[in-house]
Amino acid sequence: MLELAIGIILGCCALGAGCAMIAGIGPGIGEGNAVAKACEAIGRQPECKGSVTTTMLMGCAVAETTGLYALVIAILLIFVAPNQLVGVLMNVVGK
Amino acid sequence: MKAKGKNRIVDILLIAMMILPFVACIILKVCTTPASTGIDVTGSRIYFTIPMPLMDLEITESQVVSWAVIVSVLALCLFVTRGLSVKPQGKRQVIAEFIVEKASSFTVENMGERLGRSFAPFVAAIMALSALSSLSSLLGLHPPTSDINVVAGWAILVFVLITYYKLKGGLWNYVKGFGDPIPVFAPFNVISEVATPISMAFRHYGNVLSGVVISTLIATALQGLSKMVLGWLPGFLGTFPLLQVGLPAILSLYFDLFSGCLQAFIFAMLTMLYIANGFPEEEYEKRLAKKQARKAA
Repeated sequence: MLELAIGIILGCCALGAGCAMIAGIGPGIGEGNAVAKACEAIGRQPECKGSVTTTMLMGCAVAETTGLYALVIAILLIFVAPNQLVGVLMNVVGK
Repeated sequence: MKAKGKNRIVDILLIAMMILPFVACIILKVCTTPASTGIDVTGSRIYFTIPMPLMDLEITESQVVSWAVIVSVLALCLFVTRGLSVKPQGKRQVIAEFIVEKASSFTVENMGERLGRSFAPFVAAIMALSALSSLSSLLGLHPPTSDINVVAGWAILVFVLITYYKLKGGLWNYVKGFGDPIPVFAPFNVISEVATPISMAFRHYGNVLSGVVISTLIATALQGLSKMVLGWLPGFLGTFPLLQVGLPAILSLYFDLFSGCLQAFIFAMLTMLYIANGFPEEEYEKRLAKKQARKAA
């Protein structure tokens, strides 16, 4: 029975990490938009390539933040949460 | 002649001071890391703990590496600025002047004349620390920027600076800023104020950490792959992970070099933008004029 419980914990942690990374869609689309617009701008005015690139990188980094939040949660779920949850379970069972 | 020899010795000492901390870190890491074959994403290793009254102080690998980075940057600065003169002699002073000029023009461009001049050293220091910390992963060390404690420390420092510069326009002006369009928005403004350092810390830490995790996963996967593909070879050739040679270096070009330098640039840029946006220039001018009038009276 205990093995089953631990298996459920590990599986759910992995599933949760996978679900958390769905958030990667948002920054992907957003950054793609930003880069597309930057390319258009450079095509229209090649002389301001430098400042457009700098601004685009800034915007990309800011847009990336939500994806990174999801990444941090996924990493916590994979590498940290299983140990802690199994520990909690062991405490409850009394082993 | 004698002075020249002395100069040479000091130069060699400074160069050693630049390189030796990293060598010491590598030796420390090699000596203390236990051999393991599996995926190892445990965060930074704790070398030893110092008992303290409230909480034990843990000296971790990221701390040691960031000290090494600090010593190395200090030695670099001392090395470059040695023997300054009005007429530049040699490449060293030219390099130093180039760096200082670039840094101050960068900050003046983004923060305006008044703040830019005084902020150039701080921004350059944060940029150098962040970039070198991220690049230390090229040496096989655990990069300090992939530890949230280090980056959160910087973000809190920046947050204190932002608040300090906001308060320059007076306490009432600062409090009034929270009810910006209408006073109902006050809670949201407080949340967005607190979210500034958190998002700065998580952005930098998450980018570097994701690079570390992906590099580790790919290196491990290549090890397994080479065992599967080349496992039938006899003797030493069968156990040697041939696919691991060289391939991870290409990834490291993006994750360590590009991403590390880009994050350093973005952290410095955001620092400048937040401080420059928060600084109430008109209010500050008014208060300054008032103070001077009071002094004159």
